[in-house]
Formats: sequence, C-alpha cells, structure tokens
Amino acid sequence: MSITNLLSFKTTDTQLIDARGPRFGAVITTIVLTAFLATESLFLLHWQLAVFAFGAFFGLNYSPYGFIYSKLVKPRLCGEVPTEDVRPPQFAQLVGFLFAITATILYDLGLSTVGMIVVGFALAAAFLNAAFNFCLGCEVYLLIARAKAAIASRKTKEDSYNLPSL
Amino acid sequence: MSNYLPIIIIFTLATGYGIWYQRSRGKVKAKAKRASANPLVGSEIGGDLGTRATFVQFSSAFCTPCRATRVLLTDITSNLADVRHIEIDAEKNLDLVRKLDIRSTPTTLVLDKNGVEIGRAIGAPKRAEILETLANIR
Repeated sequence: MSITNLLSFKTTDTQLIDARGPRFGAVITTIVLTAFLATESLFLLHWQLAVFAFGAFFGLNYSPYGFIYSKLVKPRLCGEVPTEDVRPPQFAQLVGFLFAITATILYDLGLSTVGMIVVGFALAAAFLNAAFNFCLGCEVYLLIARAKAAIASRKTKEDSYNLPSL
Repeated sequence: MSNYLPIIIIFTLATGYGIWYQRSRGKVKAKAKRASANPLVGSEIGGDLGTRATFVQFSSAFCTPCRATRVLLTDITSNLADVRHIEIDAEKNLDLVRKLDIRSTPTTLVLDKNGVEIGRAIGAPKRAEILETLANIR
C-alpha cells in the first residue's frame, strides 16, 4: 500500500496483515531507541528514521523489521494467525517518522535536549505498542481530525469578519 | 549515568499509562443521569433506534480494535430484534463527535429505548460485559 492510499483514508478495500509483525517491529524499535538515548549515537537515530520511512511510505513489508519478521520469525511461529488492517500500524510508522525527523533536525541544530524529549515520545509510543498493544491511531487520529476542523472553522469565521463592507 | 535517568523516567511513565490504558479500555462506564441529558434521535446517528437499546459505535480508519468491536456488536445484535448496532465514521461526523465528546476510537455509546446515553465504552468492549449491560436494560 502506497502513501497516497494511506493519506486518502479509504475505508474500504482494506488489506489484512499478520498482527504480530508490527508488534515485533515495535519491540525492535523500543530496543533501538533505548540504545540511542543511552549512547546518543546518531547512527541509531538515522537508522530508525530510515526504518520508519520505509514502513510509512513503502509499506510494512518493506520495513527492515517487517522483513526480518516475515523471513526469520514467522516461519518459526505456530498457531492461529491474528490479522489486522494494515493502515493502523502504517499510520503509527508515519507518526514515528515525523518524530524521528524532527529529532534529527533538532540534533543537527545542536538542540540535543529537545531532540531527546522528542525521541522519548517516540520511544514511549513504541514501548506501549510492544508491551500493552497500544493503538496510536485510535488515540490520536480523531484528535488530529477534530483539531484540523476546529482550525478550519476558525479561519472561515475570520474570513467572514474580513469581508469588505459595501 | 545521566543518560539513564531519562530512559528510566520514560519507561516508568509509559508503564503507568499502559497499565491504566489496558484496565480502562473496553470497560462499559455507566453515565450518571443528568437533568439536561439530550436524547439522540435516529436521524442524527443515521439509523433507527432499537426498541430496547442501541449501540452507537464511533470508528476511524487507523483503528485495529474498531474491527473487533464491529464483529462483536454485529454478532450480538443479529440475534436480538430489539437491539441495534450503528457504526459511525467519526471523521465524517465531527459535529456529532464534538457534541458527544468522543476523543478516541472505538467509542461505543449504549443508548436506551428513548435514545438517552446510559453508558459508554472506550476501546474494544468484552462480550461478557456487553451482555451484562444489555441484561440490565429493559
């Protein structure tokens, strides 16, 4: 699924994936981001940024962690495969990408403390997903949509105030 | 050592939130009766109310438990003539979302036969709890 499909929010034509894959990815993400905060080795942040970018823009199957899961982990698992819609975890990858790129820019600007806080939020989300099956899209997507609508309606009001008087 | 302090803080806060998250998600919370409780009417939620109860489920695109909630509520209501399940795309009905103060998906409102909200569940509810809630509605 490409980013254009992701952003068009299609409610039909859903693709189902193995729900354990994104959770495995969240475990690795948690480890990588923890290691980054402990060492502040920028390579780890850039690596994770690239992983988020692949997951968000090309699909979870093309994310390195998704690849490791399907090639090495999944063949060793047995039992019923729990499935989920591909869009929620892909949305989470997109949010992770935005946090990682913000942190990268902040580190480049020398604002490493702020960058660390931003990475901290991404780490918290990845850890919550790995340990508690936290659904980021469920919690934040509607709030974003509500905020967007509120801003849009405020703008229309402002525009109507600024109408030229005849 | 200074590098480990933020890590410890993050994991502590996230674990606390995670425990609260898992405990609160899916619980049907009874709504205290308010004098000004505005009943919902069928036209607002895009379908007729059930003659005993109605489940109004708010869903969004990036939501895995929404599917599980839909499957569960469809299954329960398909055997009951007097209980209905209506699913609403939250993103397309933001005015209703704001009016009812829906913050995350899935959120399921339990309405009585008059359309008055008597409870709501945030997150995917459990079958036993939905059945128990229904048993208390006449």
